[in-house]
Amino acid sequence: MAATLQRNSYQMSGCSDGPTMLFAHGFGCDSNMWRFVAPAYEDRFRVITFDHVGHGRSSPAGFDPDRHASLDGYASDVIELCEALGHSAVVFVGHSVSAMIGAIAAVRRPDLFDRLVMVGPSPRYLDDADYVGGFTRSDIDSMLESLDSNYLGWSSTMAPAIVGNPERPELGAELTASFCRTDPAIAKQFARVTFLSDNRGDLDAVRVPTLVVQCRNDIIAPISVGQYVCDHIPDATFRVLDATGHCPNLSAPDETIGVIDEFLGIAR
Amino acid sequence: MNFSASPGDASERAARYDQAACGLLTTDRDGHIVDVNQTLLDWLGATRDETVGRRRFIDLLSGGGRIYHETHFAPLVGLQGWAREVAFDLRCADGSDLPALVNARLRQEDDTTLIDIAVFGATERRMYERELLIAKQRAERSEFHAQLLARTLQDTLLPHDVPAIPGLEIAAAYLPAGEGHDIGGDFYDMFQIAADEWVIAIGDVEGKGVDAAIVTALVRHTIRAAAVEHGPAGVLRLVNRVLLASQSNRYCTAAVLRCNRNDDVWSVTVACGGHPLPILARSDHARPCGAPGTLLGILEVVDFTEVTVTLDSQSVLVAYTDGVSEARRNGIQLGDDVIGDIAISHIHRPVQQLLDAIIDEAIRFGGTPNSDDIAAIAIRHAPTDAARHDRTMSRRPLGAR
Repeated sequence: MAATLQRNSYQMSGCSDGPTMLFAHGFGCDSNMWRFVAPAYEDRFRVITFDHVGHGRSSPAGFDPDRHASLDGYASDVIELCEALGHSAVVFVGHSVSAMIGAIAAVRRPDLFDRLVMVGPSPRYLDDADYVGGFTRSDIDSMLESLDSNYLGWSSTMAPAIVGNPERPELGAELTASFCRTDPAIAKQFARVTFLSDNRGDLDAVRVPTLVVQCRNDIIAPISVGQYVCDHIPDATFRVLDATGHCPNLSAPDETIGVIDEFLGIAR
Repeated sequence: MNFSASPGDASERAARYDQAACGLLTTDRDGHIVDVNQTLLDWLGATRDETVGRRRFIDLLSGGGRIYHETHFAPLVGLQGWAREVAFDLRCADGSDLPALVNARLRQEDDTTLIDIAVFGATERRMYERELLIAKQRAERSEFHAQLLARTLQDTLLPHDVPAIPGLEIAAAYLPAGEGHDIGGDFYDMFQIAADEWVIAIGDVEGKGVDAAIVTALVRHTIRAAAVEHGPAGVLRLVNRVLLASQSNRYCTAAVLRCNRNDDVWSVTVACGGHPLPILARSDHARPCGAPGTLLGILEVVDFTEVTVTLDSQSVLVAYTDGVSEARRNGIQLGDDVIGDIAISHIHRPVQQLLDAIIDEAIRFGGTPNSDDIAAIAIRHAPTDAARHDRTMSRRPLGAR
């Protein structure tokens, strides 16, 4: 159990005797993604945010190349985190790829989850026959290349060199120790797992009431993809925000809180 | 020269913005472009009219960059208010890509949040980075293969398993020096040459790496072949001749033990060539056994002495390489006496535990990582009615601690 709690660093706040609301970040950042949304629920929920392995404050040591070779492994992390904390009837709020991680976890362990909130979900990023995911294989390859290029600059040994002041390593520390810290090798595999996964088949097995939140002009998860998710989960509600882009939890936290409130029946 | 113009009036400042030495643009919070300078428009091959109010920053990026923008860049700017030196490829009107490094910063103007973005053309720097990256990946692959090769080669120099020898309790240990990435010159071997007759050898070829490994393999196989016909001293004489005849200039130390069982009594004949003498320990004392002999692979004229001891169930014979006895702290060696003392204090334990205690002390004394390879063997007579021959072995994996 201690190992589970070490694998994913988590922060718990809010109402210790309330139901649990678990916030999961997507690919590219860390639990900071929820810093403008999660606090809104502290007055009635036990609010937990956590970092996937190799992200934020979670140790890269928890990464297992076999276990984390599919979203299933990340779903196991979520299940084990809930078990280790002894929490059930969880409201799971997942951004981007974590929406699907939540779906997989809820299919495997419906007893642990009460509600799913999916922000910008996509069950399949690649175009496939009639299905439009929005990306081609070459898009994904060029994204992986841009990861290489950027992590080259972010790696702890390179950062001071790029800043050009090797005698002042604190400048490098500032570059590498800011938000959205990720272990480059883990991030790259997470990117591959995320963007090459196909979870369309999991959707109709989700038995938990689900809210699908989608933005306009989101190139990662177009509205048609959100609609697809909603159409295939038996008990799903679809809400399209006025916000644009892929991260309404950052760019439009109030609007995001509004639709989650409505879904959970919270009046403020 | 008119320096007074440098603060400039509004139109001069606008001109400097337009002609700046880097691309500049400003977007609203959602990324819609509200201003752009001429430098960037020239780079992109675009006009102001088709850019301002019509395109978002993300629309200027190539496919992979757009994903990176949404998953990394935008969250970072949103969370900490800035991002620096992010590598993007900008898509130009003629279909070409402009490799660039991008800085961005949030700015509050009245009630509006704006994002100021500076774009630095970085074609050559990015090419250099790409070469660096390829070199780094190649180095990582080479390192992986080198370690794999070292491990495979090392495996051929040690027996895969400690054999079960009826009537003999036996343990062996091996620990490569340092982080375990290099191939060490230490080896041991144990094999049967007749019914109730076994040979145990331990040795240390000078140096490390592939060259040393080749000599180690030569020595090990020479011992195996020679032991069929010769006693321990004869084996060492042959090894010496083979080494002198070989291309290599490396020298070697070795101890060869020939173990005979007769009526459930083991007699062990020992000969050493430049090697630390094995220790025979009982519950009350420990003493070196055998006699010093010439280092192997240096001299034509050599001298090896065979000494035979009887091994009973109350005594343990420990043979080791100098990585154990010469483990150093502040210039002081661990020494044979300490090894003997540990053997005495563990004399009633299984030989594996006794051997582990010696190895642990050598590592503790010398500090980690151990600077020299470590190999050691311990044997004890195990009366067959007790049937206590342990098939134990602690060959620690390369690099493991």
